[in-house]
Amino acid sequence: MRQVLEGSMAVSDGVRMVEPHVISAYPITPQTHIVEHLSKMVADGNLKSEFIMVESEHSAASVVLGASACGVRTYTATASQGLIYMEEVIYNIAGMRLPVVLTVANRALSAPINIWNDMQDAMAIRDTGAIMLVAENNQEAYDMHIQAFKIAENPDVMLPVVVNVDGFVLTHTFEIVETIDSIEKVREYLPPLDMKYKLDVDNPYSFGTLGEPSVYMESRYNLYNAMNLSKKVIVEAAREFKNMFGKFHGALIDTYKMDDANTVIIAMGSVIGTIKDAVDELRESGKKIGVLKIRSFRPFPEDEIVSALRNVENIIVMEKAVSPGKGGILSVEIRDTLYKNKMASINVNGYILGLGGRDITPKNIYDLVVRAEREENVDGKFIGLRRLE
Amino acid sequence: MLTKEETHNGIFTMGHTACSGCAQSMSVKLIMEVLGKNTIAATSTGCLEVFSTRYPESSWRIPWIHSLFENSAAVASGIEAALKITGKKDGITVLGQGGDGGTADIGIQALSGMFERNQDILYICYDNGAYMNTGYQRSGLTPLNAYTTTSPSGKESFGNSRPKKYMPEIAMAHRIPYTAVASAGYPLDLQKKVKKAKSIKGAKYLQVDVPCVPGWKYEPRYSVKLAKLAVQTGLYPLFEAEYDKIISVKKISRKVPVEEYLKLQGRFKHLFKDEAGKAEIEKIQNIADENIARYALI
Repeated sequence: MRQVLEGSMAVSDGVRMVEPHVISAYPITPQTHIVEHLSKMVADGNLKSEFIMVESEHSAASVVLGASACGVRTYTATASQGLIYMEEVIYNIAGMRLPVVLTVANRALSAPINIWNDMQDAMAIRDTGAIMLVAENNQEAYDMHIQAFKIAENPDVMLPVVVNVDGFVLTHTFEIVETIDSIEKVREYLPPLDMKYKLDVDNPYSFGTLGEPSVYMESRYNLYNAMNLSKKVIVEAAREFKNMFGKFHGALIDTYKMDDANTVIIAMGSVIGTIKDAVDELRESGKKIGVLKIRSFRPFPEDEIVSALRNVENIIVMEKAVSPGKGGILSVEIRDTLYKNKMASINVNGYILGLGGRDITPKNIYDLVVRAEREENVDGKFIGLRRLE
Repeated sequence: MLTKEETHNGIFTMGHTACSGCAQSMSVKLIMEVLGKNTIAATSTGCLEVFSTRYPESSWRIPWIHSLFENSAAVASGIEAALKITGKKDGITVLGQGGDGGTADIGIQALSGMFERNQDILYICYDNGAYMNTGYQRSGLTPLNAYTTTSPSGKESFGNSRPKKYMPEIAMAHRIPYTAVASAGYPLDLQKKVKKAKSIKGAKYLQVDVPCVPGWKYEPRYSVKLAKLAVQTGLYPLFEAEYDKIISVKKISRKVPVEEYLKLQGRFKHLFKDEAGKAEIEKIQNIADENIARYALI
């Protein structure tokens, strides 16, 4: 059914379709609408879940951890400070290999306190062992949540999946979303969770035991391997989704007008939409420019990026996060990928934009493309700074 | 009383690596005899987790999970919710457990949340009065004037400068259906309280006084003796409460001066050096006397 849905509605409706047993959350802007919608669905009997509103994000993540260890499907959502407050638990969920799905309504980190969108929060949990997907628009947010559970629950993966949805830009913005009418079809796509190891009085196991130096590294290695294996599973999940529901937004990456491109803009999240519009305009003026969208930030799609960039001369990385004392985060990973694959001659310019909700307009992007033509291997350059008196 | 089968149910098995004389491991065994196999336990980081589940070994013959230091009440909440939604809750006890630090300090927020939601969970705090697992640092439940490695005695200090926090009363302030305080020194009383807690639906809080050989610095043979003395001095009142009302107290049969309790423990030995120490012991006696009056222990 075609509907005009706020991003938060699209997310909550996607979550409704997978029928999680236990949902737990703590409110934080801009995640609030998601958990409000889910609460209402439960209150109206449209979603048969145990919904536990807890006293903190730390407990929200801990509740879904405990529930997930019992072998049931679980979901939580947060943003910003809430995400870094639950980071300790996310490491733990990943380490215990529990398939929790978590939405992050991406938002800046304090100080100064700022409720608006950027991706610094997501970058702060980069190494937790959670799979990190990034949605471009409300339709993808809807579809990606259904795929996320399929990826998380794959027996070869068994890792938490974080679905990043830009705060306000998507969560509070209405777009046309085609929703799935048949919950049976979703059940077919996503069979019931069947965990080999769970908390069960008839078959007791001990979870979260002490890993001494003799075993800790092997445990981390298994997690590392599972993350690598998940690449294949993410691709399959996207392909199968396309076959069943007709929607495809890319697998690990997506590309736009890349066939003859000598310049490529790399980014993730909602800004991709603006970049695509700008690229259309730039192509009219004769520039051979394309877009590479990172859909899976972890696992990092190295092979796919390499294939996509084979014939490119200039790369512009636009990111809404920064590593103070170093520069960009995504840009560094792109450079590393190119270097390892003997493609270090490609010029990579990394720019920081849109922190704390600063708008990124098509004009910003035209200007950036012109600027990048003059620059060589810059990194961590802030774009659009006001001149402060 | 328990049957022979219950007493030997082997749910908390031998072979763990607790110190000799550890009152916590003793209490856990007693508690698990009552709770039985239809129990799922969420345990905080601490001695209990370290000495009972060194991978690949485990002393637990029930489903057991350790996540983090401060979240066992929230993990237990998730377990309870999962059992409820899948129709498996009936007949299963969900147990949250932690030490005094994991309960009353870093874990108090998650615990308060669980109480306030009145989830059907028994939470047990094993109170040994400091962070023993990390080497005897003070916690919010460290008693007045106890030496710990972060509240040492010295020229300017008699040890921990504050009396212990009244955690059971904090539990009662949540108006949960059952709060109880027990002691490793009184096993039957402990088991009776666990049995009662098991039979009540909703959130339950049980705090157990568990003397710690290396932390309190005494001979292992004194664990039970010290636990009993803590009760008989009035320093560790044992009681039961329903909602905000105390419904029973364990009466003191023979009131013992606090010195008898303090002098057996290295953590209080600095109080026995001079006149100033004597005055500090007097303060501890006052705490005991206040407890005796407040809880009508005599």
